[in-house]
Amino acid sequence: MAEDRPSAFEAYERRKVRLGVRMTLLYAAVYAGFVVLNVFFPPIIQKSGLFGLNLALTYGLGLIILAVVLALLYNWLCGVPPTEREEG
Amino acid sequence: MALIVFIVFVVLVLIVSSRAGRGKTATSGGYYAANSSIHWGVNGIAFAGGYLSVASFLGIAGLIAFFGYDGFLYSIGFLAGWIVALFVIAEPMKRMGTFTFSDALNKNYNRPGIQLAAGLSVLVVSLVYLVPQMVGAGVLVEPLLGIPHYIGVIIVGAVVIFLVAGGGMTSTTYVQFFNGGLLLTFASVLTIAVLVRGVDTTDLPREEGPRGLESYRFEHMALSVGEEGGIHRESLAQTPLRAPEILTTHVEYDEYTGEPVLRLYQLSRLIPAEPAAAGEYTARVKGRTVKFDANRVEEVDGAPFVRIEDWWRLEQDPRFLPTGTEAELREAQSITTKPDGTQLVNGVEFGLGAQTQLRQMGRVSDLPDGEGATGAVGPIGLLSVLSDENTSIQLARAAGFRIDGGTEVSVYYEKPVAGDEYMRPGMRFPVIAREGEPEITTRLNRLNFISLMLALFLGTSALPHILIRYYTVPSAAAARKSTIVAIAGIGLFYVLTMYLGVGALVGGANNPLTDNMSAPLLARSFNEPLFAVVSGIAFTTVLATTSGLIMAASGTVAHDLMVNLVRREIPDKTKVFAGRIVAVVVGVIGIGLGIAFRGVNVSYLVGWAFAVAASANLPSLLFMLFWKRTTAAGIIASILVGLVSSVGLILIGPDMWGIYGLDPAQAPMPLDQPGIISIPLSFITIIVVSLATQKEKPQQAAPAS
Repeated sequence: MAEDRPSAFEAYERRKVRLGVRMTLLYAAVYAGFVVLNVFFPPIIQKSGLFGLNLALTYGLGLIILAVVLALLYNWLCGVPPTEREEG
Repeated sequence: MALIVFIVFVVLVLIVSSRAGRGKTATSGGYYAANSSIHWGVNGIAFAGGYLSVASFLGIAGLIAFFGYDGFLYSIGFLAGWIVALFVIAEPMKRMGTFTFSDALNKNYNRPGIQLAAGLSVLVVSLVYLVPQMVGAGVLVEPLLGIPHYIGVIIVGAVVIFLVAGGGMTSTTYVQFFNGGLLLTFASVLTIAVLVRGVDTTDLPREEGPRGLESYRFEHMALSVGEEGGIHRESLAQTPLRAPEILTTHVEYDEYTGEPVLRLYQLSRLIPAEPAAAGEYTARVKGRTVKFDANRVEEVDGAPFVRIEDWWRLEQDPRFLPTGTEAELREAQSITTKPDGTQLVNGVEFGLGAQTQLRQMGRVSDLPDGEGATGAVGPIGLLSVLSDENTSIQLARAAGFRIDGGTEVSVYYEKPVAGDEYMRPGMRFPVIAREGEPEITTRLNRLNFISLMLALFLGTSALPHILIRYYTVPSAAAARKSTIVAIAGIGLFYVLTMYLGVGALVGGANNPLTDNMSAPLLARSFNEPLFAVVSGIAFTTVLATTSGLIMAASGTVAHDLMVNLVRREIPDKTKVFAGRIVAVVVGVIGIGLGIAFRGVNVSYLVGWAFAVAASANLPSLLFMLFWKRTTAAGIIASILVGLVSSVGLILIGPDMWGIYGLDPAQAPMPLDQPGIISIPLSFITIIVVSLATQKEKPQQAAPAS
C-alpha cells in the first residue's frame, strides 16, 4: 500500500503535480496567445499559416493537436506509480 | 423511414443501458458510482459521449455552416478546458472523493457548510445546463417526427428519468459510451463523404423532395440601378421577369456609417401555369409544384399564368458580380404572417407544415481559377479552397421586419462572402472594429469574447456531470487514462465537426430557419437512411448528456444536501431510494424548464453553464489542492460568491434584458458573458476569506496533490 512507503509515493505524486501544473500553464499560455491574436491582431491571424491555410486555422487546429500530444506525453512521463511497479 | 430508425435507436439504447444497470444499483456505491468498476477505456469514451452535447454536435456544425471560423472557436474552447481537467483535477478528485465533487472538496475539512454550498452549486449548474439540452431535444424532434416541441421535451425527459432512476450510474455510463462511439463513427463517415464529394458550384441534388434528392438554384438577373442606388419599373423591364411590379421596398442601413447594407424588394410577377385536374392549375414556385384555383389564372398571349408575390435582394458589390454588370437582382425566400394569422411561404399558402416548404440554402458559387468543381479533395485541401480569397460563398441570412398593415415579413437571402472572410474571426463574435463603431462597443465585444473563452477553459473541469465520472473507475491512474481517451476522442470529434459544418455549407444543407439542423440535413444530402441514423444519434446525444446531469444532481441532493440537512446517519438503501426520487423530481423540473425556455438560443445557456461552473466550483477546487492556507470558510465563501455573482450578472445582462422584453442596451450589466468578472471575484474571495480566517484552522494542511 502507498501508506507503507510514504516517501517514494509522495515524491512520485509531487513530481506528477509539478508536471501537471507546468503543462497546464504551458497550454494556457498557448491558448491565451490564440485568444489575444484573434481579438487584438486580426490582420496577423489572417496571414498565411501552414499547408495553404491561414494562421487562424493553423493555430486553432494546432491547439487541438497540442492538447492530444500533451495528454499522451503527460501519461508517458507519469509512468507507473512506485507501489504498482513493486507489485509488478 | 426516419421514424423507424429513430424508434429503433431509442429502444436499443434503453434495452442495452437498462440491462447494464440491472442488479448493480442496490447499494449507494453501485447507484452513484457504478461500484467504481468501469474500465478506463469505456469511461473515456463515456466522458466524450456525455460531454459532447447537442451544443457540440448540432450547435457547432450549424455555427460553422452559417458563420464559418467563429463556430470553430467554440470547439477550441470546449476542448481546451480538458487540459485543466487532466493535469490538475482528475487524479486528486478520484483519490479524495467517493461519490461527488463535494466529497473531495470537504475531505480535509469535514464541514457540513462546504458540502451544502458545493451541493447547491452542483444543483444550479446541472439545472442551467439541463435547460439547453431539453430545449435542444424539442427542437430536434419537432421537424423530425412532426410532433410539437413540448411533447419532444416530455419524451426525452421521461426516457432519461427511466434510465437514471432505474439504472443509476452504470446505465448512464453505457448510454454515454454508446453515444460517444456512435458520434465518432458517424462524424467520421460523414466527413469522408464530404471530402469525396468535394466542392461543386454547379447544381447538386441536395434536398429531399417528392422525387428523391433534388436541387434548386436561386435565380439572379442583371439590371441597372437608379441614381439613388435602388431599382425602379424601367430597370425591372431589363430582366426576364414577366409583368413585374414593385410592391414593397425594404432597405437596412449600417448602424454606424448610415450606408445601405441590404436592399430587398417585394415583387408581383407572372409565372407559367399548367392545367391539372378540373378547375385547377399547377405552377412551379421556387422549384415546388403548387396547385392554384382557376380563378387565379391570367391568360397572356393565349398561355396561362398565375401572379405571385415574392422577395428579391439587390446585389451591388462588384466583388460578387460578373464583370461589367452594374447590379443583380437575386431571388430570396420569405415567410409572411398577415395580421389575421394567415401565413404565406414564398407567397403561397401551404397550410400545415408550411415552414418545411422553404428551400435549403448555402453553397459555394465560385471557386479560384474559375473551376466548376474540385472533385474529391483532401482534408487540408478542402479548408484551403474554402479560405481562398477568390472563392465566393453564399451564406444563409435572414431579415425580419413589418410592412404596411402590420404584416410580419421574414426574408431569407443568400449573402455572398469571400473565402478569406469566411475563415477568419468576426462573423459571429464582432471582435474586429467596424467602420464608425464607437470604441466602447468594440471593447465590450472583445471583452465578451475573452470572457466566453475564459469560461470555456476553466468551466469544463468543473462541470458536475464530468466530475462524477472520476468515481466510476477503480483508481487515480484509471481516472487519468480515461481523461486522456476523452481528450483524444473529443479532439478528433471537434476536427470532424469542422468538416460537418463546411460540408453542410458546400452541400447546401442549411435550413434557413435554424442553425441547429445542419448536421442531420448534411446527412440527408447524401441519402435518407444516413439522415435517419444521424438524427437518431442526435437524440441519443441529448439522452447521454441529460442523464449525466440528472445523475449529478441526484447524487448531490441525496448525498450532500440531504445527509447534511438531516444530520444523522442514513441507511444505504434509503440513500439509493432518495437518489431515485430526486432523479424523477429533477427530471420533471428539467422538462418544465425545457418547455418554458422554448425559443431561447441554446448556445447562450450552454455558455452560461460553463461560466457558472468556472466561477462557483473551480477556484475552490484549485485552492483546496494547491494552497495550504485555504480554509473551510474561504471555500464556502468562494462557492457562494461565484455562484451568486455569475447567475446574478447573467440575470441583469443584455441577453436576459431582451428576454424580459426590455432594451438590451439599457441592461445594468453590459456583458452577456459574466465569467471575466465572476471568476476573478471568486478567486479573490477565497484568498481574502482564507487569510482572514486563518485562526479557524491553524493545522489544516492541504494535500500535496
